[in-house]
Amino acid sequence: MIPQRTATSSTLTLHVNDTAHTVTVDHRATLLDVLREHLDLTGSKKGCDHGQCGACTVLLEGRRANSCLLLAVAHDGAHVTTVEGLGDEERPHPLQQAFHERDAFQCGYCTPGQIVSGVGMLCEAAEGHPSHATPAEALGHSTGAPAQLDRDEIRERMSGNICRCGAYPHIVEALEDVAADGLQARQGSERGSERGSEVSA
Amino acid sequence: MRPFTFERVTSPEQAVSAFAAQPRARYLAGGTNLVDLMKLGVETPEHLIDVSRLPLDEVATTQEGGLRIGANVRNSDLAAHPAVCRTYPALSQALLAGASGQLRNLATTGGNFLQRTRCPYFQDTSAPCNKREPGTGCSARDGVNRDMAVLGHSEHCVATHPSDMAVAMAAYDAEVEVLGPEGARTVPAAEFHRLPGETPEQDTVLRPGELISHVTLGPPPEGARAAYRKARDRASYAFALASAAAVLAVDEGGTVRHAALAFGGLAHRPWRARTAEEALIGSRADAESVGRAVDAELAAARPLSENAFKVPLARSLAVTLFARLAENPTSPAGT
Repeated sequence: MIPQRTATSSTLTLHVNDTAHTVTVDHRATLLDVLREHLDLTGSKKGCDHGQCGACTVLLEGRRANSCLLLAVAHDGAHVTTVEGLGDEERPHPLQQAFHERDAFQCGYCTPGQIVSGVGMLCEAAEGHPSHATPAEALGHSTGAPAQLDRDEIRERMSGNICRCGAYPHIVEALEDVAADGLQARQGSERGSERGSEVSA
Repeated sequence: MRPFTFERVTSPEQAVSAFAAQPRARYLAGGTNLVDLMKLGVETPEHLIDVSRLPLDEVATTQEGGLRIGANVRNSDLAAHPAVCRTYPALSQALLAGASGQLRNLATTGGNFLQRTRCPYFQDTSAPCNKREPGTGCSARDGVNRDMAVLGHSEHCVATHPSDMAVAMAAYDAEVEVLGPEGARTVPAAEFHRLPGETPEQDTVLRPGELISHVTLGPPPEGARAAYRKARDRASYAFALASAAAVLAVDEGGTVRHAALAFGGLAHRPWRARTAEEALIGSRADAESVGRAVDAELAAARPLSENAFKVPLARSLAVTLFARLAENPTSPAGT
């Protein structure tokens, strides 16, 4: 016998940037809503709210995802890294540093999503994931070796992040800088999978 | 969005029982399409059954030498799976041609089959739409119909199915395993989606409460090569205007032994081009024979006011695909 369920909200725990937060949320709340409205982590942006622009990108269990399409209630116990968890002013993530050095933004609204997506993308490439830009011959002989990222590959792999200012040329350069140093990409990956301690929001 | 209740299940059987108890429920896996449609007010479930943690996340080799893919295998993982890249390149290519990196990390194999049309009138609750609200009429037929179907549409609906993955699955003769209140059954991927007819609200042949558990691929025909091509308005992150998946095997003399062709973006379901395939078997895979075979297939096209361009576009995709596959019969992937 399945009990009749009537609750339209639930209490759940999210591990965000190495810190556990226990929150009670309406089932309609997305992870993006919880980050911004409950946890005061406003780096992740609500651009389109339909999974089309990428401004809300976070790392979910170390992999990039649109937080506007994730119902928080379905992710009880999940480990999430937002742009705030990648680095700060004193110790920026290598990709944050590269965006700064390459002037890879104009208004800055899409930038947190671009950076988090870029970190996730570099990890995917390091794990040998192919892309639509990968030649068919290379795909057919896939070995799982790290993917080489030229500009076409970077542009294809970053197509889920829209920049209305059109800062793409510098964004690609920033990603090229970091892609050239695989060690830095791995640092980002390790940060994304760290586990933290319990606190209540 | 309407308030809803929520439960997480731990087995496919439990999921099916949970649905039986809450018929106004929806299964939630990756959620990339369902959550979006709930925000738009197109989907209004009263209850969500979270199937995303069911242990259906493995790609296993079958006894026959094919693959059995769990419904929860993510699109990005399936596209990068070495056995898929090597043996089913058109599937990998189709997956990588769809959506964005972020979305492919969330979207599941089962959910990809079940995504709804991106017809703008279907997504706009202020517009009449027989698929969303049966009996209200079709806004697209005489509206903005550039992206709509040219094959198999009805006076009630001209929507297309948006999946890339399902097109490759149809060309590879994949089988969809489902579990429902009456037990398990298997449906060929090419017959999983319906044509709209008089009931466009039904996208697929799934019965109420049925859950996709696995998708099975048989071993590809000996010596077969395959590839997927997609035409769209921009180079990345856009739905297909037209797409094609082709599987081809030729004998030493260059005669076609096996040909499978499926189109995306042309119809309410991935369009398996059986007429073209039959014409190709026993012939040569040159541009003239393929063009003639595809013309015979596309003779059934009934373009709308703005989408006649899709017919020559689809023809060109298919002819180019087969030409490339016939060029270098030793390599499994088309270039």
